[in-house]
Amino acid sequence: MEMWYTEEQTNNVRFSIRCDKQKYSAQSDFQRIEIFSTPEFGDILVLDDRIMLTQKDEFIYHEMISHVPMAVNPDIKNVLVIGAGDGGTVRELTKYKSIEKIDMVEIDRMVVDACKEFLPTVASKLSDPRVHIFIDDGLRFVRHVENKYDLIIVDSTDPFGPGEGLFTTEFYGNCYKALTSDGILVNQHESPFYNTYSKSMKQAHKKILQFFPIVKVYQAHIPTYPSGHWLFGFASKKFHPVNDLDVGKWNRLGIDTDYYNTRLHKGCFALPTYVTKQLLENE
Amino acid sequence: MYKMKLDQNKAPVYEALCQYRENRIVSFDVPGHKQGKGNPVLTEFLGKQCMSVDVNSMKPLDNLCHPVSVIKEAEELMADAFGAAHAFFMVNGTSSAVQAMVMSVCKRGDKIIMPRNVHRSSINALIVCGAVPVYVNPGVNKQLGIPLGMSVDSVKRAIKQHPDAKAIIVNNPTYYGVCSNLREIVRIAHEAGMKVLVDEAHGTHFYFGDYMPLSAMSVGADMAAVSMHKTGGSLTQSSALLLGEGISEGYVRQIINLTQTTSASYLLLSSLDISRRNLALNGKAIFERVTTLANYGIKEINKLGGLYAFSRELINGDTVFDFDPTKISVHTRDIGLAGIEVYDILRDRYDIQIEFGDIGNILAIVSVGDKILNIERLISALYEIKRLYSKSSAGMLDHEYIEPVVVCSPQEAFYSKKIQLPLKETLGKICAEFVMCYPPGIPILAPGELITKDALEYIIYAKAKGCNLTGAEDINTEKINIMVE
Repeated sequence: MEMWYTEEQTNNVRFSIRCDKQKYSAQSDFQRIEIFSTPEFGDILVLDDRIMLTQKDEFIYHEMISHVPMAVNPDIKNVLVIGAGDGGTVRELTKYKSIEKIDMVEIDRMVVDACKEFLPTVASKLSDPRVHIFIDDGLRFVRHVENKYDLIIVDSTDPFGPGEGLFTTEFYGNCYKALTSDGILVNQHESPFYNTYSKSMKQAHKKILQFFPIVKVYQAHIPTYPSGHWLFGFASKKFHPVNDLDVGKWNRLGIDTDYYNTRLHKGCFALPTYVTKQLLENE
Repeated sequence: MYKMKLDQNKAPVYEALCQYRENRIVSFDVPGHKQGKGNPVLTEFLGKQCMSVDVNSMKPLDNLCHPVSVIKEAEELMADAFGAAHAFFMVNGTSSAVQAMVMSVCKRGDKIIMPRNVHRSSINALIVCGAVPVYVNPGVNKQLGIPLGMSVDSVKRAIKQHPDAKAIIVNNPTYYGVCSNLREIVRIAHEAGMKVLVDEAHGTHFYFGDYMPLSAMSVGADMAAVSMHKTGGSLTQSSALLLGEGISEGYVRQIINLTQTTSASYLLLSSLDISRRNLALNGKAIFERVTTLANYGIKEINKLGGLYAFSRELINGDTVFDFDPTKISVHTRDIGLAGIEVYDILRDRYDIQIEFGDIGNILAIVSVGDKILNIERLISALYEIKRLYSKSSAGMLDHEYIEPVVVCSPQEAFYSKKIQLPLKETLGKICAEFVMCYPPGIPILAPGELITKDALEYIIYAKAKGCNLTGAEDINTEKINIMVE
């Protein structure tokens, strides 16, 4: 028997991965959660028919969403991670001894539990004593916080479904308020390539621009995400993501990575022209 | 809650339409799009399923003007679900149900007692049928500036002064969610031989949820207009008219048929049928959820300070006899913003559409279709609006209700000889048309009322804040029709 996981990346594009077996399948209050083991990508996590991560390429996403802001300001002590129920982003952050506290807010407890059980290489650091897990809506959580975090990472699903509230003007405004005066906001910023995603990408950029003086976008290549070309948002009250990067300081930390390095850091903010054009529509 | 007697699992109109679709009838009747085949763009937009049941009255589908089979049965189920003696499916909005109520009990020259903060549809009915209103001033909450329900004493006084009045109209609840002491009003009205007509446009859920304010039928009111589409989940424009005991179903049908279409939409009719079934079977659980969501929203908004989400703490045993627990009504003046300004910011900046904003308040309707995540968005957006937009509230208008000075009946004024004058020159004249903000559609001026300084000030202020003014012949409301004496 052949078993394939097929994702409709758009109405007209499909992406398939051969599967060995289904390891987990459940419907939570918010979404359908599935984990398959596959010969090419290892175990993969799928939420509402969208690949969230695969063991083979998750390092790219998680390193890029964490190390870019950490390298810009290695003095970050207090971090809020929103979404990220799989634990990958937290795993990268725990590599920094200087971080004192990581609050993680995930709406769906079942995602956290499933990843702890079936994706231990990703969720391994959720038990780090600095990590505090809150099962809550990110939008609700951040509403009550003021001037508290040095870094907020929005590691969300796509803006259709439970992640919708994390792509709204009210959310970005609340994040601004929750950050300290040198705070940084990094967010999963969708993709510029297919229309359905680029629309969300442009809107998110437009909304973030309303609040932060420094708003940049950077890219990474993530093979299992639609088109493979994926973006992250970097918004900051004080630090410029490239000009304020202290290459020596980060490298002296000796942090072990497989995708991120400081040369790539400088390069990833250099965007293709068609992406710059899309971003400029709203600037 | 009323105990239903019929099998509420049935949905006769819906079932007949399913049967019709299966039979693949060849149609040489209207509508001309013939199950959508003649209008591909519309069919692509609305869907084949939808177009295939946009059909005409025919024997197996009954006829709304004279129901004898499936519509009759569906109306009986509706009546059973609401504890009414009879129910009519209405396809021209709750406005048409309100008008049918008034015209069923009043003729030209008859008096009818009503609060002045009624929806325009009630006064429209008076223009059409020539009944004369006796207004009862609603109570007013000074802090919020909003009109409340009618006090029992003021209704008693009106009955005493006008013992020949034919009926009393009660808004239950008002747009903001305020309920009057309906049981007592029904009692004293019936004692005086008057009918009680209840505009329950915002009260569908009172019939199904626990811990809801009393519904019209449960306290023996004679007729009630319920907007199934507002909080009951049916399609926009579909509604129901409920009759109590002792009102002639046949006569009311004649009144309805004076103005009702003879081509009632089966999309609307089936939506009433399916929604009634859903409410009868699941209404209790649905409105428990809705109330929980609204309560949560109210609590969170009040934590913020500055914005005041008001609810059951306003209950005072009389002009606020009860309060609808499914509404999120928020007073905005203390953050220096008019309700209409918050309404506009929510839509333009946050992609959140609420029901209405007036001078000092906004209203968000929570209903069967809402999720907690959407409530979170509303709350967070309000937090942001306070943080980013609040200012001093000095100089802001502080009241929503303007006491009317009635000079002549709405019909007399509307059909009188009239001229148009620029707004500012109309002070002291008699208005010959409606002027209102829409929403909420409660007249600032109705035909036959004196144009006072208060009314003019309110109109000018509302326009400046961005309210949508409607009702006047001049679409920009720069001129007003006044009676020529």
